[in-house]
Amino acid sequence: MKLAATRDGFGEGLVILGDKNPHVVVLCADLTESTRADAFRKKFPNRFVEVGVAEQNLAGVASGMAAMGKIPFICSYATFSPGRNWEQIRTTIAYNQQPVKIVGAHAGISVGPDGATHQALEDVALMRVLPGMTVIVPCDAIEARKATVAAASINGPVYLRLGREKLPVITKESDVFTAGTANVLRRGDACAIVACGSLVHEALLAADVLKKEDISVTVINSHTIKPLDRKTITESARACGTVVVAEEHQIAGGLGGAVAELLSAFCPVPVRFIGIKDRFGESGTANELMRAFGLTHKEIADAVRGLVRKQEMKCKELHEAETALAYNRKKLLEAPKPELYFRTRSGESIRNIPHLKQALKKMSDDVYSHHVTEHKNDFAMWIRDVFGDHALADAIQHARSKSNAEKEIAKVLRELYLKLP
Amino acid sequence: MRKVTDVKKLQLLANTVRQDIIRMLVAAGSGHSAGPLGMADIFVALYFHVLHHKPNEPDWPDRDRLVLSNGHICPVLYATMAEAGYFPAEELLTLRQFGSRLQGHPHRLALPGLETTSGPLGSGLSQAVGMALAAKMNNKKIRIYCITSDGEHDAGNTWEALMLAGKHKLNNLCVIMDRNNIQIDGYTEDIIPLEPLRAKYEAFNWHVLELDGHNMRHIIDALDEAKGIYEKPTVIIAHTVPGKDVSFMENDYQWHGKPPTPEQASIALTELNAVKKSLTRGDLSGK
Repeated sequence: MKLAATRDGFGEGLVILGDKNPHVVVLCADLTESTRADAFRKKFPNRFVEVGVAEQNLAGVASGMAAMGKIPFICSYATFSPGRNWEQIRTTIAYNQQPVKIVGAHAGISVGPDGATHQALEDVALMRVLPGMTVIVPCDAIEARKATVAAASINGPVYLRLGREKLPVITKESDVFTAGTANVLRRGDACAIVACGSLVHEALLAADVLKKEDISVTVINSHTIKPLDRKTITESARACGTVVVAEEHQIAGGLGGAVAELLSAFCPVPVRFIGIKDRFGESGTANELMRAFGLTHKEIADAVRGLVRKQEMKCKELHEAETALAYNRKKLLEAPKPELYFRTRSGESIRNIPHLKQALKKMSDDVYSHHVTEHKNDFAMWIRDVFGDHALADAIQHARSKSNAEKEIAKVLRELYLKLP
Repeated sequence: MRKVTDVKKLQLLANTVRQDIIRMLVAAGSGHSAGPLGMADIFVALYFHVLHHKPNEPDWPDRDRLVLSNGHICPVLYATMAEAGYFPAEELLTLRQFGSRLQGHPHRLALPGLETTSGPLGSGLSQAVGMALAAKMNNKKIRIYCITSDGEHDAGNTWEALMLAGKHKLNNLCVIMDRNNIQIDGYTEDIIPLEPLRAKYEAFNWHVLELDGHNMRHIIDALDEAKGIYEKPTVIIAHTVPGKDVSFMENDYQWHGKPPTPEQASIALTELNAVKKSLTRGDLSGK
């Protein structure tokens, strides 16, 4: 599989935009080569502004240029922009509604040897809380290029999160990228894996492993974290019954937070989170760190297995509990000693509950209203005292009419016949 | 908009703006008093003499841009805009109220004619620099004006923007710095010494003018002079008296962030009316 970094795709996207949209300008805070803005600088020097190591100024100057009709892309590392200049982004770009595109490169733990100071693990949370901000995390170089081009057409601020490391190119040129519409890469029924960025490939690897164990999963590439594709994620969660979210970011406030907010309101199924667990990074190679921080297909597959097992156990427990209850209620079908039969006013004896159902059907209103008044319900009392079945007794008590009482009895009997061997 | 060239007319307008400010603040029950009163002359000079703008067409693309960086002095901005015809003067009394277009700190989308949203100090100059850069890219002869406070020169962001403006020789950019020597916690030189400001700006490749921010003739002349500087951006260090023309507010930092009570407002208005009378009589001609 071809390898390329998302920042490379971004650099290509900028040059495409430079050719087709004269309003696009690029600003950089002394990281032109490593953010891959250099190709644009070379080709369009008059539309490139180098601001130096000054990320607060980077945001403000871009806001001013946007106010004059430009579409500025501001490039730095994510720890500095939006890390250092969050307030300028909040006030002069987000609240001020200027269409500045904030490009946070070197995001995630896979930045590697530079260590924790340069590994942005909080940037999605920072941007996701700003009203009107679109947040995009591309999963490979092709998607990053498409996202860059798409960002210029979004009428508002956008945060584009990029990584340093080369990643397998898993999307195709022909795949459609639409901001806000997640791409379903696999369809299964046991669990829905919602991933973004580098974890999309890991999710696909996990899906392959699980397939061999007869666990089929849905894999969703949720490249846009805001606005989240509510429909795709909710429907998949409902269909599968369990969800695993995977991202190279703090679990708090990232894609995991976004998915949990959505599902807790609209489809509360069990969710597990693969992400950074409330700690800072450290130096190491990208691979070492991804393994050490539990961000590989192994952890994803384990999380799926755990959830699926739990669901199976829950189903089994539920089944057992229902059967046990049915056994308890079996009494309703049996007849007590004759002295405990119900004697109606018309002299009839009722043996058990199926018999009661038949008797009610034939019973005159006169007799029924003798036993059931505003203040008492002899049938309910009989069921409670003789059979000890409070649930049915209560249902009869509240039935309000003869035919409703019959229906309640029919419901219980139907359940019993289904459950009992 | 047609230029007002008569200095006395401009001075009278500044007096009206000051009276508006007092009425707005007492109606709002919160807000900043000293800064707005101190900047009334400069705002009137800008809106009635310097800016190319059309109050009845606020988004006219070729207008000059005015960025108010220290958003907290917005009562003076609102009052001057109302007097210039951007919106009805009655609306001034809605300052800071729920549903008002006159937000406690200016918000671009709330009121036509505002160029940006501001309040958090130190970031307005960056935006003005961005506008000046874009105007040059677009080959537009638009001028960008940016009002800053002395206090916000504590912020690193201000100096980041100053350096970039110097680098690009943004001669279409003119900063007017409100040098009134006060900020919330006290006198600027006690909080973080800023001087020598002229030397600092010069070292950052700026053209520096310095003047009495209440001398209307000098204000106009300096703003006109800045248009003729070709090699550099210009800063006008305007020495102003915070709380100008209200005796008990003048030069007292405690009036930075609070409004007058109704009783204090009535004294302030009496004093401002006295200034108006003497202006009309011609006692203060030329000043």
